[in-house]
Amino acid sequence: MNLKPATFQQIDEVITHYPVKRSALLPLLHLVQEDVGWISTEAIEWIAQKLELQPINVYEVVTFYPMFRQKPIGRRHIKVCRTLSCALTGGYQVCAQFQQEFGCKTGEVSADGEVTIDFVECLASCGTGPVVLIDDDLHEKVDAAKVKALSDQIRTAASRRPAP
Amino acid sequence: MPAPVQRRLIFAHIDEPGYTPDLPCYLRHGGYAVMKQAFTRPPAELMDEVKKSGLRGRGGAGFSCGLKWTLVDRKSGKPIYLIVNADESEPGTFKDRYIMHQDPHQLIEGTMISCFANNVKQAYIYIRGEMPHGARILEKAIQEARDANFVGQNILGTNYSCDIFVHRGAGAYICGEETGLIESLEGKRANPRIKPPYFPAVLGLYQCPTIVNNVETLCHVKHIADLGGETYAKIGTPNNTGTRIFCVSGHVQRPGYYEFEAGKITMGQLLNEVCGGPLPGRKFKAVIPGGSSAKVMRFGERYKGKRKVGHEMVDYDWGVEDVPLDFDSLGMIGTMGGSGGVIVMDDTVNMVEALANINAFYSHESCGQCTPCREGSLWMKKITTRMVHGTARAEDAALLKNVADQIPGRTICAFGEACSWPTQSFLAKFGDEFAGYAEAKKTAQPAATPLI
Ligand SMILES: Cc1cc2nc3c(=O)[nH]c(=O)nc-3n(C[C@H](O)[C@H](O)[C@H](O)COP(=O)(O)O)c2cc1C
Ligand code: SF4
Ligand code: FES
Repeated sequence: MNLKPATFQQIDEVITHYPVKRSALLPLLHLVQEDVGWISTEAIEWIAQKLELQPINVYEVVTFYPMFRQKPIGRRHIKVCRTLSCALTGGYQVCAQFQQEFGCKTGEVSADGEVTIDFVECLASCGTGPVVLIDDDLHEKVDAAKVKALSDQIRTAASRRPAP
Repeated sequence: MPAPVQRRLIFAHIDEPGYTPDLPCYLRHGGYAVMKQAFTRPPAELMDEVKKSGLRGRGGAGFSCGLKWTLVDRKSGKPIYLIVNADESEPGTFKDRYIMHQDPHQLIEGTMISCFANNVKQAYIYIRGEMPHGARILEKAIQEARDANFVGQNILGTNYSCDIFVHRGAGAYICGEETGLIESLEGKRANPRIKPPYFPAVLGLYQCPTIVNNVETLCHVKHIADLGGETYAKIGTPNNTGTRIFCVSGHVQRPGYYEFEAGKITMGQLLNEVCGGPLPGRKFKAVIPGGSSAKVMRFGERYKGKRKVGHEMVDYDWGVEDVPLDFDSLGMIGTMGGSGGVIVMDDTVNMVEALANINAFYSHESCGQCTPCREGSLWMKKITTRMVHGTARAEDAALLKNVADQIPGRTICAFGEACSWPTQSFLAKFGDEFAGYAEAKKTAQPAATPLI
């Protein structure tokens, strides 16, 4: 498995947090996904071996939890809250507007590979809805102007990134 | 009657300018003094304080914290675990977020006191996956506390050792249910366990006795250790002691979090005075008082019956605005205080659409083990969504009720109740709107703010 040296270190550290190795499964999946971007079959097999499990034990966990994904997504991940408090304050419009900005539907990767937009359930910030989580950062009280500003920021950051 | 002033116990420093989540700031505000003092007392005494305090769990069920701790199996000789439930996933609830992001050491101190009282050697904080910053803040705070010898080996020379680790979830609501959480912490799908026999107090994490408490509950323990159980019990009202944090969202002028003595404020005071009332030109229509699964209240309806005040039984005749916000009063009128998440809907909201939104949540989040829950939540979603986006029929209301009524009491965990209560209560309170939806839809404008 091709991971950054720091990731290998974190993996070995986190396993020591539990008396039973299997408990480290969610932490390992997070670490691998943060490093590589998604969970491949190779990753499933590697993690299974690392924790002395069968690949099926890892696979069933990957498919149960919404945050783990089995295919690559855009470079930025936009998660719009769909649940009631956010919907009451305009969550559905926010999601529609992001899709328009990047010309893709939820769950897809935009044509330029820059974003994936997902509609997710309550993010526990209902009082400042509608909220949007972009990668690790929460954006609150998102209205049409904020969607525009956030989309512009994402495009600017993309244009400044050196070509691969 | 004017609303009482806020009593900020848990949220004392939330949003305070200059208050930072690091250890030096916490120490400047007297941090860990309560823990140091607590560690000089026999653990049984601390448990006793918690019992005397009357503290009820803030995660949803309102179960007595002292009683939960006494149920722990201490004879088996197995290690006892404590898990902080920081999954905060009940829609409408957002209090634990602020504690963890802005005052993590308060949680750590409360957790350590609880661990000491229960002879716990290892605690885990199970935080929802969508709070990556929260997890990092907690990890940093725990490391600071470890370095200062407040957590870890031989704490402050007392011979007592206990460590805390942060464990991140990955986006599944059912991890909030305590036995689902335990399965998840063991590295499995978060399928709740059947009770009996799997009561966490006896057969929890790794089949060892386990205490699962909500973030806010454990913060209260710190204040109980500080004030003493009897003094703490004077805050709030009998049987609903301490303070309560209300998370208000939806259609009010000032949504947000407000902490009051439990039972001392009514729904009307909270929504009209504290939160500034409805948005301009609108009227309140409905409110869900304790997280999305709590039964809805309809403005204009009345609740009547007898209740105990002191030693006497007195009649009550309340409108929505008059209901005191405590576990018992809300339970008495057929709903619940739950997690303190108050979701407000005004007269622009169509109740069929609002229910369709809630049903979509529950059908997405069912773990799928029990047929009534897995299939029932899906069908409730399908019917309500079809009513909004397809053809609505007059008989849909009866069909919905039929599906909802077949779920509760027939499932492994309380999600079965949680997913059927919205449908049952929306139909009971707004049946006219459901029955008339097909007709109304023919002439209605498309919703300005779609809910589904
Ligand atoms: C479907 C479901 C979801 C729950 N979600 C949460 C949650 O997100 N946070 C929480 O603290 N408790 C949640 N609970 C309650 C927990 O099972 C448990 O009762 C609680 O953490 C106990 O802590 P307390 O006694 O301190 O309230 C949930 C319960 C159910 C049935
Ligand atoms: S009631 Fe629903 S969530 Fe709970 S165990 Fe059964 S299927 Fe899973
Ligand atoms: S409903 Fe959107 S954060 Fe809770």
